[in-house]
Amino acid sequence: MTISPPTSPGGTLAPNAEPGEIVVDVRQVHKHFQLGKRRVPALRGVSLRALRGRVTGLIGPDGAGKTTLLRLVAGLLAPDAGQVLVLGRDATQDSLGVQAVLSYMPQRFGLYEDLTVMENLELYADLQRVSHAHRRDRYQELLHMTGLGPFTRRLAGRLSGGMKQKLGLACTLVRVPELLLLDEPTVGVDPLSRRELWAIVNRLVRDAGVSVLLSTLYLDEAEHCHEVVVLDQGEVLDQDSPRAFSERMRGRSWTVEAPGARPRTLRARLARSPGVLDAVIQDERVRLVSEAGTRPEADTLLAGLGGAVLKSVEPRFEDSFIALVRTRIPKAGVSTGRPETRASTQDPTAAASPHPARSTDSPVIAVRDVERRFGEFYAVHGVSFHVDRGEVFGLLGANGAGKSTMFRMLCGLLPPSAGSLRVAGVDVRRAAADARARLGYMSQRFSLYGYLSVRQNLNFFSSAYGLAGGRRAARIAWALEQFQLAPLADSTSADLPLGYKQRLALACALMHEPEILFLDEPTSGVDPVARREFWRRIDELAERNVTVLVTTHFLEEAEYCDRLAIMASGVILALGTPAEVKRLAGSSPEHPLDMEEAFIHLIERTERVGATS
Amino acid sequence: MSLAADHRTRSTSERGSRGLRLRGLVRKEFLEIIRDPSSIAIAFLLPVVLLLIFGFGVSLDAEHVPIAVVVDQPSAETAAFTAHLERSPYFEPLLLFRMDEAERAMRARRVSAILRLRSDFARRRRIGGAPIQVIVNGVDANTGRLVMGYLDGVWIRWLEQRGRDAGEPLDVPVSVQERVWFNSELESRNFLVPGLIAIIMTLIGALLTAMVMAREWERGTMEALLATPVAVWEILLGKLIPYFLLGTGGMILSVTLAVWLFGVPLRGSLAVLFAASTLFLLAALGMGMLISIVAKNQFVAGQVAIIVTFLPAFILSGFLFDIRSMPAPLQLLTHIIPARYFVAILQTEFLAGDVPSVVWPNGFALSIMALLFLGLSRLKSGKRLE
Amino acid sequence: MRRRILALVIKEFLVLLKDPRSRFVIIIPPFVQLLVFGFAASFDLNDIPLAVYCEDPGADAQELLAGFRHSPHFSDVAVIARDEEIRPLVDGRVALVVLHIGPRFSRDLRLRRPAAVQVIVDGRDSNTALVALGYVRGIVDRFNRRWAEQHGVPALPARLQPRAWFNPNLESRWFVVPGIVGLLTLVVTMLVTALSVAREREQGTFDQTLVAPFRPGEILLGKAIPGLVIGLAEASGIILVAVYGFRIPLLGDLTTLYTGLVLFLIAAVGIGLMISSLAVTQQQGLLGAFLFLVPAIILSGFATPIANMPPFLQQVTLVNPLRYLLVILRGVFLEGTPFHLLLDQFWPMALIGAVNLAAATWLFRRRLY
Repeated sequence: MTISPPTSPGGTLAPNAEPGEIVVDVRQVHKHFQLGKRRVPALRGVSLRALRGRVTGLIGPDGAGKTTLLRLVAGLLAPDAGQVLVLGRDATQDSLGVQAVLSYMPQRFGLYEDLTVMENLELYADLQRVSHAHRRDRYQELLHMTGLGPFTRRLAGRLSGGMKQKLGLACTLVRVPELLLLDEPTVGVDPLSRRELWAIVNRLVRDAGVSVLLSTLYLDEAEHCHEVVVLDQGEVLDQDSPRAFSERMRGRSWTVEAPGARPRTLRARLARSPGVLDAVIQDERVRLVSEAGTRPEADTLLAGLGGAVLKSVEPRFEDSFIALVRTRIPKAGVSTGRPETRASTQDPTAAASPHPARSTDSPVIAVRDVERRFGEFYAVHGVSFHVDRGEVFGLLGANGAGKSTMFRMLCGLLPPSAGSLRVAGVDVRRAAADARARLGYMSQRFSLYGYLSVRQNLNFFSSAYGLAGGRRAARIAWALEQFQLAPLADSTSADLPLGYKQRLALACALMHEPEILFLDEPTSGVDPVARREFWRRIDELAERNVTVLVTTHFLEEAEYCDRLAIMASGVILALGTPAEVKRLAGSSPEHPLDMEEAFIHLIERTERVGATS
Repeated sequence: MSLAADHRTRSTSERGSRGLRLRGLVRKEFLEIIRDPSSIAIAFLLPVVLLLIFGFGVSLDAEHVPIAVVVDQPSAETAAFTAHLERSPYFEPLLLFRMDEAERAMRARRVSAILRLRSDFARRRRIGGAPIQVIVNGVDANTGRLVMGYLDGVWIRWLEQRGRDAGEPLDVPVSVQERVWFNSELESRNFLVPGLIAIIMTLIGALLTAMVMAREWERGTMEALLATPVAVWEILLGKLIPYFLLGTGGMILSVTLAVWLFGVPLRGSLAVLFAASTLFLLAALGMGMLISIVAKNQFVAGQVAIIVTFLPAFILSGFLFDIRSMPAPLQLLTHIIPARYFVAILQTEFLAGDVPSVVWPNGFALSIMALLFLGLSRLKSGKRLE
Repeated sequence: MRRRILALVIKEFLVLLKDPRSRFVIIIPPFVQLLVFGFAASFDLNDIPLAVYCEDPGADAQELLAGFRHSPHFSDVAVIARDEEIRPLVDGRVALVVLHIGPRFSRDLRLRRPAAVQVIVDGRDSNTALVALGYVRGIVDRFNRRWAEQHGVPALPARLQPRAWFNPNLESRWFVVPGIVGLLTLVVTMLVTALSVAREREQGTFDQTLVAPFRPGEILLGKAIPGLVIGLAEASGIILVAVYGFRIPLLGDLTTLYTGLVLFLIAAVGIGLMISSLAVTQQQGLLGAFLFLVPAIILSGFATPIANMPPFLQQVTLVNPLRYLLVILRGVFLEGTPFHLLLDQFWPMALIGAVNLAAATWLFRRRLY
């Protein structure tokens, strides 16, 4: 802990911090963008307030208008109508004045990748006119706080995602602002780094009285905020404290525990039951949100599930958010997601399972003592595991843990330096095209041809996998129907909302009905509603004996995996079912750990061992 | 030192040295130039490659032109003529005896011209007016014309020699005394190399600047920069100064190579040369910034910069092709191309000297251009993302 | 196999034609360059600014001057009367040529003494100076011949009868425009192919393609064929404009022309794919293409003859495919050169193409990871 208490005798808050004072006042703001010939509204009459010394969170699905709002507050955009006041100054008229009191970290952190850590800090100190007398202490403090001390001479481009994000934050904090704006500061960042970032933000608010306005896609982060503003499609749905949001859901949150049942199967079944708004897996149980005014009947809900127990639980912000967004009437073309009961969950081709049922034959993926060196550096060092047919296997780790390298080796995109690596019984790298014809692959950037329409993308990928004639037509029709892409078939893929891009990417990977599916951070940057829908599809695939290998940053998603491996510094720290991994991390019935805590325990334990050895 | 105390120090830091932001921006730009191999390539590699290729490789001066000489009936007279041809540095005669052979050689591009002395050469010469048939390959019109000119010279010398030998002076009513000023050897290198400096400075000033500025938009650093309390002029100057210095470096490199390696005379003063290049560089930088403000994307900025700055500097500046022989609309167009004025000053400074009547009007035009492009980029850039 | 390649080719075309940026690259720059080069790139001179300094009022001097005044190549910009006036006119680029007829011109002429006219030329642009001197000589020559006829001066013992084959009026445009066909085809093909892999790498679609059951050769063919087709389409468009817009004669047969074009495009696509395999970002691809294009164009004989280069550089040009294509283009357009006379141009291009494609395949396989 480096931040000493304030020297002012007045109290614990910084001199001019008076809680209650309005720092950001957004009044009836409208803003649209011109996209080609279309006029796309980004904000439609948004009003909100942020108070001094508080953390205000903007939460909403992709395309809700969060970034636009932050840019308006930073004076980087001018509203079409309405007014934005920051500490009493008009952000549009007096943008220089506003920029003198706030600091803003854009989504991509605004770092110069060809400059070192120190040079980036120096640049922002110059830009903020921090006097030389204060710099050294300030740098010391920031470097300590972010843990970047040992890396001052490293180029920013060579830092891991989490370190970049911390450096970005340090750069925005070279001068302590009155208002700190953060645009999705935790996207694509591992849980450990997220936790550290929040520690820094909380300390700033507590010790220096800084006001923070930030946007996020992570619903659990809402709990860290004092105030939460829920945005959807350019409108404010509600603004309140997270506690108040949760309170509204009292009596609507439940868990179901059914010993012996696979959580995934249980979840899928419960999600389709009437009166259920949301069903997710949490700690080997299924968490339910019931529709307003209906109390789920344990008898009907749990019929046929011997020993299943329905328990009422404490509501959380996420429940409230899902209820808010799901009960909204979907706007033209873009559905933010509906309860699964109303979606077409029955896959027409699902009836005939294309892949032989789970058998005792050799594992589908077998990795033994695999190494990958880059020069002197071991990205992957002696990793072994196997995945059986029909399993959903998760690969988890912090940034730079080696999971991406491992993943690329499995897909045959990178040759291993040593060890053996077999997928579907063959060496992917050497076995060529026919082996790859049995894999599906979806990368974290939803790598589609952006200028091609949805249908053209499907055409290309189906031909790429050798589909032709009636089968090709049938698969394309299937994809358009199954992923609800038919109304958008002729739209340019680049213009699709992120959630739809993800659907299309998955559809493209599934055109040839692969036996094995590789998913590299498939939900990165995607909003919670779209993520739920995505996992429902993965469930269905696994039911049909498709083997799925997935990497993810969202630890709650690890619960959907049959088994998972946690990696750090190129080695596997823990391997097993979610429950086993948690036990390995020290979870016990008396002190249960959730997946994120388990993960952090494991990482910290290795770091300690590494430090003492 | 506490975070809270920093709130108060902010006011003192506001009063900190005024140039702090600018200095920070300039230093950042230099660090980026040094670490980005493609900047180094455009700023240093490309100029050297261009200078070497143009200095050594590009020449409009034809030498050793292969020419077929067809002598129908060899005699002392014809031998004297071909001897003159052989002595000329411009020709490499290939003696043939049949016209169809020569024509075949021409079609196969083994020779660029045919000179035929007919069987009646000796006889008709005595009665006056023996025709010497000359056929040049007109595909390359410029070379064709040059070959005709060189043959003309050989012919005149042959006539003079004959006259002297016979003791009867050559009776040409009017003779032309040619005086070529500034470049008496008529070496094309002497005019190509100075003009090339304009091309190199266009590459650094406009192309490189447009690309690096667009890169800031693309990588999202511009958004972070704009959100700080930096004034627009500071951002623009922060780009202008480093690339101005880089361009001046390219200029010094080019002038040094031109004078020391290629022996191009430098007859004007360095002061005028540098003043002119300063103005030109400012105009080029202004264009580069304007392009990147409009394009905001490296790929497009690069393409646009090549089309609106590099190509015109190459073709429409008078560097290679004479502006006076272009069609009128194109001549008009050249007036809005800064390189045109700079090339005029460069060629004069190197070969003729400080000529006020060239330097002043062109220098004035360059200042207007610099003001125009810099002013436009200032106008077009604001602290908004749109 | 064939269907998969077809899918790649169709995809590549869609990407190129639907992306406004690459559509721009394929259409706008070639069009602008064709116009600018076609009209501006000329070594012919019109309206050479001429200053006349005539100290002889005689009729003979006036007749000589009339020769200049009637020539389309010259236009009077100044009449001067003193020696001191010459320098500022030339220095300030007001006049390119100063014609000085001395006071004794007519007298010398009548007395059958060599009458001299002094011609001062601004040599700053050496080529322009040479061309201008050629025009001066021509006019004086015509004056001499007429004067000799009229005054019974015995004719010179021999005179030159110059003629130009293939381009009788020695128009630069006839030389330049066929060259542009090669130049622009090269530029467009390079930009299309050199950026294609880098773009996919940047967008992440390259991994997607690598994971699909394509063989490296198929991926490479999928990139090469669109480059080839677009290059051919571009060349055909420019040939049409050259023939119908600029009225350049096309004497030879199209089979010969297109044989050359296809061989050239194979070589160019090979280079583009090599750059593409090496470039990680589009910017590097663009820079690589630029670093290749500039020397390739200068050392091709497009603007200045290869024969004028020092022997070492002439050797270097042997590996430049554009060098051969330019010979073919100009030969087929202006000379109507038959196929068999161009074999010496065809085989080096074929060889270069084979080497390039092999190198591109090798590099591509190595850089897959």
